[in-house]
Amino acid sequence: MSTTDSRTPRPATPGSLPQPAPGPELRARDLHLGYDGRVVVRGLDLTVPTGRITAIVGANACGKSTLLRALARLLAPRQGAVELDGAALRSIPTRELARTLGILPQTPVAPEGLTVADLVGRGRSPHQTWWRQWSAADEEAVRSALAATGLTELADRPVDELSGGQRQRAWIAMAVAQGTPVLLLDEPTTYLDLAHQIDVLDLITDLNRREGRTVVMVLHDLNQACRYADHVIAMKAGRIVAEGAPAEVVTEATVEDVFDLRCRIAPDPVSGTPLVIPLGRHHHGGSGDGARTAGDAVPAAVD
Amino acid sequence: MPAKSSPALPAPSALPARSALRDRPFRLAAPPVSGMWRPRLVLTGVLVGVGAFALFCWGLALGDYPVSLPEVVKALFGVGDPGTLTVVRELRLPRALTGLLVGVAFGVSGAVFQTMTRNPLASPDMIGLTEGAGTAVVAAVVLGWTGGLGLSTLGLLGALATALLVYALAWKGGATGYRIILVGIGVSWICTSATDFLVARGNRFEAEEALGWLVGNLNGRTWSQVDSLAVALAVLLPAALGMGRWMRTLQLGDDVAAGLGTPVQPVRLALLLTGVGLVAFGTAAAGPVAFVALACPQIALRLAGTSAPPPLVSGLTGAFVVLGSDLLAREAIPGTELPVGIVTGALGAPVLLWLLIRANRAGSGG
Repeated sequence: MSTTDSRTPRPATPGSLPQPAPGPELRARDLHLGYDGRVVVRGLDLTVPTGRITAIVGANACGKSTLLRALARLLAPRQGAVELDGAALRSIPTRELARTLGILPQTPVAPEGLTVADLVGRGRSPHQTWWRQWSAADEEAVRSALAATGLTELADRPVDELSGGQRQRAWIAMAVAQGTPVLLLDEPTTYLDLAHQIDVLDLITDLNRREGRTVVMVLHDLNQACRYADHVIAMKAGRIVAEGAPAEVVTEATVEDVFDLRCRIAPDPVSGTPLVIPLGRHHHGGSGDGARTAGDAVPAAVD
Repeated sequence: MPAKSSPALPAPSALPARSALRDRPFRLAAPPVSGMWRPRLVLTGVLVGVGAFALFCWGLALGDYPVSLPEVVKALFGVGDPGTLTVVRELRLPRALTGLLVGVAFGVSGAVFQTMTRNPLASPDMIGLTEGAGTAVVAAVVLGWTGGLGLSTLGLLGALATALLVYALAWKGGATGYRIILVGIGVSWICTSATDFLVARGNRFEAEEALGWLVGNLNGRTWSQVDSLAVALAVLLPAALGMGRWMRTLQLGDDVAAGLGTPVQPVRLALLLTGVGLVAFGTAAAGPVAFVALACPQIALRLAGTSAPPPLVSGLTGAFVVLGSDLLAREAIPGTELPVGIVTGALGAPVLLWLLIRANRAGSGG
């Protein structure tokens, strides 16, 4: 599918770095995934657009986190393979993979007393050997990761004493310091309030636009996926139902199919991307399109 | 370049300097060696190490034949009159060295287990390893099945067998720290019940012999016990320290560690074998000296201000606590020598309670 956006073109970030050479290509072929006796994903094919932000959306237990874990080699496929530049993931040495592909699991927990600087520094471990544990490159990577996430001032604070948003930024900073061209994030906005969610998503966009990193993230919020992703993958029962630019994927029909939710789609007044407005069974008193269509089911309120 | 990026000239550190004990990187040019200089960790290690050495010498000075501290130190280097040399080096040194090495072995083992499972309660004396060793020894004594092996060797085999059992039962597509703790606690109680049953079944003389070993004791140690423990430590201590880098990533959770290039299951197995080996050889030499593996890493962690128990400093703290407890056990009640395990148990139990209370308050439930 095309990766060109139907929305307004992005404003060029002033002083942004030139796009680096295209990063590695991540793809899945005939992927079968499961736990114990349960099959979660059956025969899935996927090519992640390099240098773009991809969001995987779907109802609970549709296999989106399972897919992300398989893309990161945290879960071995039962059949098929995940390939990085054509090489099967399982054939790549562990450390080499960790220099190419970073994964941030859902709500990781930092040990008590670990400082932000120490946590971010551990992101450098795939680049370190036991005699070279803190090279100039490590130092620079940690410094710029702290700066990019706005955590320089908090570097000496223990992670467990930070607010939820700061803590999530610290973990993202660790993944940033790892310096991988591909970054996989499992629900990076879970448990954050709205302001912090936007904060984290803006940060991820910065990383993608400034450094050209390929980002794949599992997101719960469809509207955020539409606004922040270049490519949306909608999953249902372990299969990909639709993928492509947000405007192509997030339609009333797809949302009803994937989430079993009737909705209207309006353009997001800020970004112009699709904005999902659920119908539900109540509160149909507005004068909008939705109220008229649903009027037969629920009588409109009369003053 | 974006405004947030680094300046043209690299600053010594982006992080504000706060105190002299703050961690700072060091980097050598000629051999490309670099790392973190951790002054507080090093200072703690030196102080605890010096303290342990002082207790070691003090223990050598005490006894029916009085030797002054300077004479002890000289005798250690082979200087002094023959009588003093014999008393210090032949009679007293095995006991002191056993205490020192057992302390190091238990301390390092506790640090390995606690870091690997991310839980301070997951020390070898809580997940059944020392209990397994005890059951093996008591079974041999009561049932008379020694098979020509010494009690220490049987204890070693018991600990290893228990470790394998815990690991096998906890394995479910990979053993996680949490499952190791739960299974370990279960296995530990099975072993305790089996030991109680055997003691109740055995005759009085056998039961007393078994109980004497179960309490943890440094009395009457010989060079043969020192030798086997020293050989084990010479292998296992470098192994534990060498895996420190992986312990630092495992501490962040299995998924994050794997994402950072750590071969999680092989490393976990290697750490488990190292930790079991340390505690098994330590138990074989002195019996299960209670609570040292649980408490010392937690003490070391707080002294050094780190987020995980530092292995070497935990070992030195273990030596300090075992040697200090042994002194207390010998001198607390005039004319009576208590086994060292009674003292460490009395000191360690409050530490366990404190850890449990703290874990509950923090909401992590231990």
